[in-house]
Amino acid sequence: MTQSRSSEGHTGSALTGLLDTDAIRKDFPILQRVLHDGKPLIYLDNAATSQKPRQVLEALNAYYERYNANVHRGVHVLAEEATALYEGARDKVAAFVNAPSRDEVIFTKNASESLNLVANMLGWADEPYRVDADAEIVITEMEHHSNIVPWQLLSQRTGAKLKWFGLTDEGRLDLSNIDELITEKTKIVSFTLVSNLMGTINPVETIVRKAQSVGALVLIDASQAAPHMVLDVQALEADFVAFTGHKMLAPTGIGVLWGRQELLEDLPPFLGGGEMIETVTMGSSTYAPAPHKFEAGTPPIAQAVGLGAAIDYLSNIGMEKIAAHEHAITEYAVERLLEVPELRIIGPRTAVDRGAAISFVLGDIHPHDVGQVLDEQGIAVRVGHHCARPVCLRYGIPATTRASFYLYSTPAEVDALIAGLHHVRNFFG
Amino acid sequence: MKLDSMYQEIILDHYRNPHGKGLRDGDAEVHHVNPTCGDEITLRVRLDGAVVADVSYESQGCSISQASASVLNDLVVGKTVGEGQVIQEAFLELMQSKGQGEGDEEVLEDAVAFAGVSKYPARVKCALLSWMAWKDATAKALAEQPAIND
Repeated sequence: MTQSRSSEGHTGSALTGLLDTDAIRKDFPILQRVLHDGKPLIYLDNAATSQKPRQVLEALNAYYERYNANVHRGVHVLAEEATALYEGARDKVAAFVNAPSRDEVIFTKNASESLNLVANMLGWADEPYRVDADAEIVITEMEHHSNIVPWQLLSQRTGAKLKWFGLTDEGRLDLSNIDELITEKTKIVSFTLVSNLMGTINPVETIVRKAQSVGALVLIDASQAAPHMVLDVQALEADFVAFTGHKMLAPTGIGVLWGRQELLEDLPPFLGGGEMIETVTMGSSTYAPAPHKFEAGTPPIAQAVGLGAAIDYLSNIGMEKIAAHEHAITEYAVERLLEVPELRIIGPRTAVDRGAAISFVLGDIHPHDVGQVLDEQGIAVRVGHHCARPVCLRYGIPATTRASFYLYSTPAEVDALIAGLHHVRNFFG
Repeated sequence: MKLDSMYQEIILDHYRNPHGKGLRDGDAEVHHVNPTCGDEITLRVRLDGAVVADVSYESQGCSISQASASVLNDLVVGKTVGEGQVIQEAFLELMQSKGQGEGDEEVLEDAVAFAGVSKYPARVKCALLSWMAWKDATAKALAEQPAIND
């Protein structure tokens, strides 16, 4: 990297590992938008949701224009084609996460539903999985609300005790009391692979080993990981992995829960309805095998097809290359953010073991005001508590401003953010 | 610039030097939050007969919500509850005007500076946070003094 930082826009080209963003950005129609008084859109809110490439939009259109039908039911041509597309998307997801079997991939509407599904499976399960008043549930202080509230609900309903890992001042998990947290009573350990607020990448192996040693199940929230890095469920050695499509170039309304096959066979369904049954009488029903046991009702078919197209797009570029690109951008962004006076990064102040979401506070200027003045310059960031309010409480702040990058992000956009933050300081100075 | 229509100098002045901030004795206290952004206010109302004797508050939030609480304090303290409610309703109407309203300066005084905020749907609730808290706290205080006739 070059050393000059005195003005904007001339440092990024020296970064190594960058993707050909000129070519990639041509695939994303929305990135051509011009806002306000001729300001090009600088989209730095990718941890909230990603933009969609033309290839995904075309797959959605083609589905509705040529193949639309309900799945797994009719014998007509469209029904068979729609079913093949929907189940083909399941194959793509299975390959993308290196699942041993396609039957381990459950489609949901988002990661929240995936996490809630596991919590409910365990609440209704028989021994040895059943979470009851003697059981303990372990999460972390850096979870998204979607990996906190379902466990609070389960705890309230069953009497199980909810415990959590705290955070260090550097934005990492505090593992010092892991032996007190994960014990023989622990039934489930559920944690995020990458923090949505701080970008921290968590030490999966340490936690999984400990959970395995006491016979606890492990659920990993990979919502902020699946879009950005190689996700291998076998390497993670978790029992369940949840993520969502819309953060990885796919439409909203499609999520994934991967689960180990023997668990999915043993655990009870949560939602009942069409598609999830084997036979139904007025007295009782038997259930279809997984994954259909967990997919009651007409599924999000077009959205699953869109997710398949998104996976094709990401795989054509390569997840290793995407991770390398984001790492370079993140390293550059951290370095430049730390040059801004009175700026405090909430989370790791390096690019080591961190993803491409960077939260910060800027002096005593409220994030709402930071976000508003950045918006005026065409820069879209997220402000607030990012559905991870306990992290804000931990660090004694009401909210943060978060910039988050993706495969189409450029060093010039980092430069624009830095210039924008200087403008914010002048505005409220 | 469009931004200046929201961040009027009057608003920034109130934000930098808020009037009446801090919690003092009151007849009723409420705590309101804006769950989307984490803004919070604890607000107390003290009545002296039919008159709003004090509005005190502790709050954290953006410039718009902080300035709005400061202007609220300026406008309603010393007025009767009935007069305060008229101002509150006028402010609510201005905030719901989607950038179309200008506000009656006779009634709203400094609060007309918030007219530009009404163009930003995400920020309207910031501006209204303290006013809704005041409305709520005043109703509570009145409930404890059922004989008040304003």
